[in-house]
Amino acid sequence: MSEKPIPLWEVFIRARSGLPHRHCGSVHAADAAMAVQAARDVYTRRGESVSIWVVPSSAIVASDPNDKDQLFEPTSTKVYRHPTFYDIPDEVGHM
Amino acid sequence: MSDARVASYALSLGDDALVLGHRLSQWSSRAPTLEEDIALSNLALDLIGQARLFYTLAGETEGNGRTEDDLAYFRDADAFRNVLMVELPNGDFAHTMVRQLLYAAFAHPYLGALAGSPHRGLAEIAAKAVKEMAYHVRHSAEWVIRLGDGTDESRRRTIEALQSLWPYAGELFESDETECTLIEAGMVPDRRRIQKPWDETIDRALAEAGLERPVDSTAAHSGGRGGRHVHLAEMLADMQSLARAHPGATW
Repeated sequence: MSEKPIPLWEVFIRARSGLPHRHCGSVHAADAAMAVQAARDVYTRRGESVSIWVVPSSAIVASDPNDKDQLFEPTSTKVYRHPTFYDIPDEVGHM
Repeated sequence: MSDARVASYALSLGDDALVLGHRLSQWSSRAPTLEEDIALSNLALDLIGQARLFYTLAGETEGNGRTEDDLAYFRDADAFRNVLMVELPNGDFAHTMVRQLLYAAFAHPYLGALAGSPHRGLAEIAAKAVKEMAYHVRHSAEWVIRLGDGTDESRRRTIEALQSLWPYAGELFESDETECTLIEAGMVPDRRRIQKPWDETIDRALAEAGLERPVDSTAAHSGGRGGRHVHLAEMLADMQSLARAHPGATW
């Protein structure tokens, strides 16, 4: 048998709350239309979603885990980038 | 309100939904992929949910105090009114998907018409079910298109499924005497009016799949509405065994 592997798709769903689409997992499907259906069937069974995006997993460009020292480590010493040094007046409320 | 005609009619629609729903549920853990396993379970749950509503209405309008469980689990095969197509063993995946398309292409427009019934109970169930059946049409048609237009093997299997299931489709358009009186009274749709939308849905899917529409057979299979079944007793023996072994059990 020389069956082609079924392509993988990343699934993003948008909840009713109006928040942006969020990555929730992946599905295997032969093409885009079937991927939307598979995403609907697997990830929206409990009324989680009002919109689905699917993206070919092969279209995702990822950072290399071996680069984490140079990409992410340097930020750990730059605490001044966090907006925690300001006093927020009570009248402003939750930000 | 007691109405034997509505009870009989609701029972028929409930039986079609329950039997097909149970057949689909038999795919659980056996489907070709994890995604499709869940998809088939979703389709099954839609149909079993529809059956529950039709059975509850049937029990209420029958007026003998029978519940949905009584109707699902404590009737023998010859008391079921489902069309024969829905009780056929699943066969392979192509067979299951072709059957789903042939059934849903009927049920979707039919329930759409029933949603306009002056009988409020029937209309409400139909209005809920019609949205579910729209997805059944979409899902099964997309699969039939890909199987028909797929590999040599998927195409061969889909053609075989179409040939073997086609003679069962005509029964979807038959009405028994009780239903005819409801049609004349303007309570429920005439099934013959569904032929055109059914043809359009099927022909569109087959054209896209590159499959030929089978020739209508003179040796059509029917009799399910009259309680003459072929594969149902074997299916019910399994489906009803738990409820019958433990009557009244809850979990």
